[in-house]
Order: sequence, then C-alpha cells, then structure tokens
Amino acid sequence: MNAVFLISAGLSVMTTLLAITRTNPVHGLLFMVLSLLSMAGVFFSLGAPFAAALEVIIYAGAIMVLFLFVVMMLSLDKSSEKRERSWMSGKIWLVPVALACVLATEFGYVVMHTGPSSEPAHVIDAQMVGASMLTTYLPAVELASMLLMAALFAAYHLGRVTEPVARNKGAP
Amino acid sequence: MVEILIDIGISVALLLSIVTLAAFLTFVERRLLGFWQDRLGPNRVGWEGSLQVVADMIKIFFKQDWTPSFVEPVIFVLAPAIVLVTVLLAFAVLPLTPGIGIAGHLNIGVLFFLGMTSLTVYGVVLAGWASNSKFALIGGMRAAAQMISYEVFMGLALIGVVMQSGSFDLVKIVEAQRHLWFVVPQFFGFIMFLIAGIAEAHRLPFDLPEGENELGAGFHTEYSSMKFGMFFVGEYASIVLISSITVILFFGGWNGPFLPPIFWFMLKISLFIGFFILLRAALPRPRYDQLMSYGWKLMLPLSIINVAVTGALILSVPA
Amino acid sequence: MYIYSSLRTLWFTFLHLFHKTETIQYPEQKPYLSPRFRGRIILTRDPDGEERCVSCYLCAAVCPSDCISLQKSSIEGDWTPEHFRINFSRCIFCGLCEEACPTSAIQLTPDFEMSEYRRSDLVYEKEHLLISGTGKVPDYNFYRVAGVSVRGKAKGEALNEAPPVDARGLMP
Repeated sequence: MNAVFLISAGLSVMTTLLAITRTNPVHGLLFMVLSLLSMAGVFFSLGAPFAAALEVIIYAGAIMVLFLFVVMMLSLDKSSEKRERSWMSGKIWLVPVALACVLATEFGYVVMHTGPSSEPAHVIDAQMVGASMLTTYLPAVELASMLLMAALFAAYHLGRVTEPVARNKGAP
Repeated sequence: MVEILIDIGISVALLLSIVTLAAFLTFVERRLLGFWQDRLGPNRVGWEGSLQVVADMIKIFFKQDWTPSFVEPVIFVLAPAIVLVTVLLAFAVLPLTPGIGIAGHLNIGVLFFLGMTSLTVYGVVLAGWASNSKFALIGGMRAAAQMISYEVFMGLALIGVVMQSGSFDLVKIVEAQRHLWFVVPQFFGFIMFLIAGIAEAHRLPFDLPEGENELGAGFHTEYSSMKFGMFFVGEYASIVLISSITVILFFGGWNGPFLPPIFWFMLKISLFIGFFILLRAALPRPRYDQLMSYGWKLMLPLSIINVAVTGALILSVPA
Repeated sequence: MYIYSSLRTLWFTFLHLFHKTETIQYPEQKPYLSPRFRGRIILTRDPDGEERCVSCYLCAAVCPSDCISLQKSSIEGDWTPEHFRINFSRCIFCGLCEEACPTSAIQLTPDFEMSEYRRSDLVYEKEHLLISGTGKVPDYNFYRVAGVSVRGKAKGEALNEAPPVDARGLMP
C-alpha cells in the first residue's frame, strides 16, 4: 500500500506542476485529469475507497469534461498559446512561488511533528461517509445544498428565453 | 506466487476473450441486422460467414495507418487507447461467476464501473478535439454533453439496487438476487439504467457523436486503420460491458437453475447484446435537443422519484 | 411520448427474423431478368439478313451520356454504318437509343455480365455489337414499309404500300 501511495502521490505532484506550466489549455486540462486520478489513488491507498471513487466519477469524469467542453468551444489556436507563454514568464511566478513556499514549510512542519503514517488506520466505506454526512457534518451539507440551489436558480435565470424565438421562418 | 500467476492468467484470459468477443460481435451484428432487414448479411467467408472477422482484421491491420498533418499527434494517438483501456478496465470488477472475475469483491465495484464509464468520454472528446476538423469537433462536443447528462441518471438509477442489496459490492448484489431478480422491484430503475447505458455506449439510437448522416463519422472521421479499429472494438466491448452490468445488477448475474453459472451468465448477456442490435435495427436517431431534454427533463426527475420511493419503501417495510 | 410506437417498432422488426430473406445469392443463383430488361446493347438484322441500321444518328443524338459513336458508309447508296462504337463504361442503359431508333436496329438485351479488367475493353465495335438475328422484333423490315426506293424495290412496291402519288397530276 505504501508503494501505491508513494507512486500516486509523486504522480499527482508531477502532473499538477505540468498542468500549471502547459501553454496549451487542453494539455493542461489533461494533466489536471491525471492529477485528479492520482489523487484518487492517494485516497484509495489511505483507506478511503468511496472518496477515491467519487473523485474519479465527479471530478475527473464530469467536471473536467465540462472544462474540456468549454475549452473546445473557445477554439483556441497558436496565437493564444503564444499569449499564454508571454504571460507565464518573469515576475508573474513570484507570488505563486512564495505562497507555495509557505505551504511547503507548513507541510514540512506537520510531517516532522506527526510522523508519516503509511498504513491506513481503517477503511472508511460508503455507509460511514453517509452517516457522518447526515450527523456530524449536517450543517455543512445543508449549507452546500443551499449553495447548489442558488447555483441552480442562477443557471435557470441565465438559461431562460427572454424573447419569443422566431420559429418556422425558413432557413436564411 | 502461484496465486498471483493464476490471477494474471485469469486476467489475460478474460481480456483476450472480451476483445475476441467484441471483434466477433461486429460479425454477429451485421448478420443479425441483415436478418432483421430481410437480408442475409455477410455469409461468404468461412461457414456462414463465420471467418468474416478474420478477413476484416487482416484488412484493417494492413490499411495505411494515416495520421493527417493537421492533427495534434500525441492526443490523436492517445484517444483510441483511452476508449479501449477504460472499457476494458471496467471489466475488472465484473464477477462472471462466483469464481471467475478479476476483482469481483471490490467494495466499491459499482462506483468503479461508473468511474470507468465516465472516463471513457475522454477518449471520444479528445479524438474529436485532436482531429482538428469541424465534424470531429462537433461529434466530440456532442459526446461530452450527452455522456455527462446520461451519467447523472445512470448513477441515480443504480442507487435503488444498491439500497436494496445494501452494498456496492457486485458479488453481494448478485447474491442478494438469489430469490428475486432486482428487475422486478426495480423495474423503472432497470429501464432508466438501460437507456442511460445505451447512451453511455453511444449506440444507436443515441449515437449522435457519430451521426454519420450529418457529421460524416463524427469523432472518428479522421481515423483510419487500427486506430479506427480500436474505437470500433471499444464500442463493441462497451456493449458487452453494459450488457454484463445490466445482467449483474438487475437479472441475477450467474443465478439460474440446473446449468453451470457461466452458462447462465453468457445466455443472459447474449440476450442483451441481441437487444442492443435490435435497437439499432429498429429505432431512428432522435434530434440532439430531443436527446438532451429527454435526459434532463424526463429521465432525471423519474430516477430521483425512483430513488425516493425505493428509500421510503425500504424504511417503511420492516426487514 | 413515443414509447408505444417504439416498442411496436421493436416488436415488428424482431418478427422479421422469421421472414424469408429477399437476397438472391447471385453467382450461384441467377436472378430472373424480364425480356424488356435494359442490359447490353446489340445491333440487329432484318428478316432478310441485312443490317437494319440506316445511320440516321438519332441514337447518338439522344444518348444522354454521349457513348454512341457511328459514321455512315462513304459508298453512295449504302446507308449502313462504316463504324458503330458504344463505350459501355459510359453507357447508363437508359434505353433512349432503342426508343429513338426508327428501324429497331439498336436494342437492349437482358444481359449485364460484362465486367472487364481494362476500361478499353468496354468499348464495343460494330463486330461485337452486330448479331445475325432480328432481336426482339422478328418480322420488321424498315424498307418494306418506309416508302423509299432501294436496290431491288421501287417506290410503292412493298407490303401495304400504296403506289406513289403523282403530285403534278390534275386529277384529285
């Protein structure tokens, strides 16, 4: 299990870096999908198969497909790639790298003081996830559901037809 | 060590038999379509055309493997592999019989299947995008929208079964159907799962990503030779996949009297494969907006109602 | 919804499994071709064994794919074609030449098996086209009813042919 964890964790770090640095948006998205898949591997090796499956189905399988859909609709070409490359050079790296350094220090501190736990403590299955969702984390679930409801209304509002669409007027 | 070797042996045998079955289905489909259209179908090569697959394989392997100059080369090559690999990976969790299966006892079996089918869409979408031609792109976009829409209620249609058996483990689901197949209590779930499955496998009548009369060949317009062949085999393998998962979830898997379990399983999935081909022979393709409104406005509410009713019944009836 | 109609369609399509197939297994099993089938073109002779073709060029003029080419004989009083050529790689077997022919010389026959390995072999010359029979019209001889004078027959001597009217005569 340790090997699975190490491989998928290393993969996820690597693919995330690649996802940030690619200039072609579709390539970046694909590396992000790979990063999510390796994150699923990390979850699986830590004893949370349900979370791993949801990571694959929802993030990699649905949300990233929507991202890809939008990117495909934009029809980006070589010029946009060039513009992207010009954005990704020089001082623009400064702030993200600094923030990443802060995160890395914090992460190192946590690792030093708690020590690595390679073996999964116990496997968390779907039933336990569901039970804790509706007991311990009920307020959070309710808040998230309200947020999703608001998003639903917003989508309905954006998607409604304001003017009657002219039908059967013949092809132009 | 020996156990690992046996496991590897079973995996390889299963993979080979699935790919062979998928290739053979190309012949079965043409023959059956022929009969349903009062024709004979291919019947020249071998006894009643049974060697047609071999002839087709030889032909497709020896065709020029042409990568057009305008495509994104890496992703163009990667896309058919994604389709085939994800479909074949999904077979890993299917228990064919109590003994035969690669990871039948995986405790997230149903979710693994859903995850793999949802990753299949990448192959199709990326093929459409990497081809860099407008027909392929439209096919890929249609595939993306269609697969996401139908995945949603595919998962919801399964929840009824999962609630009744109390597990995501496919072996436990099959064992829970020893006395009563889930198609009886979960009839609406079965119908919705089947419709979603057809859309997931992008088979007729839901093959809008291909849409050969308006998009050329849709997402695989620019593909030739074995790269096209991989899409083709992937499509037939996904028919086998959807048929097997339907049998496992709703028709009692290997359960059946007298005869050995593998026979019952094979009989049931071949009936479903025949049904898939019958659908192709009989039904016309819906318009794209019809497909979308059908999925979101009819099937999604129905599947949510199905989940709610099933849950209410399970809670109200003491076990 | 079209649920009922879809199910009905499925059922009736399924029943076709038990219908007799319409396919004729061609090389072993020949299809029935009617006598008026429009296949390979021939040139026929009249009952006396003379060529029927009078080089009127109507067939070449009416041919929509321009596949007929002929030339009247240069000998005075001889109306047979010097060459008669049909390019069957262009012929669409529409039968307009047969309809246009005043002497029933050109006729279409129920034979379609004329594949060749070289395109040039599909160009049929007069010796390939001309048969020694009368074809579909057994008793017809153009000169016997046409009212023109030919060798061995003056005007008005043929079957069902009135003697020529003296246009300069005064009597009614």
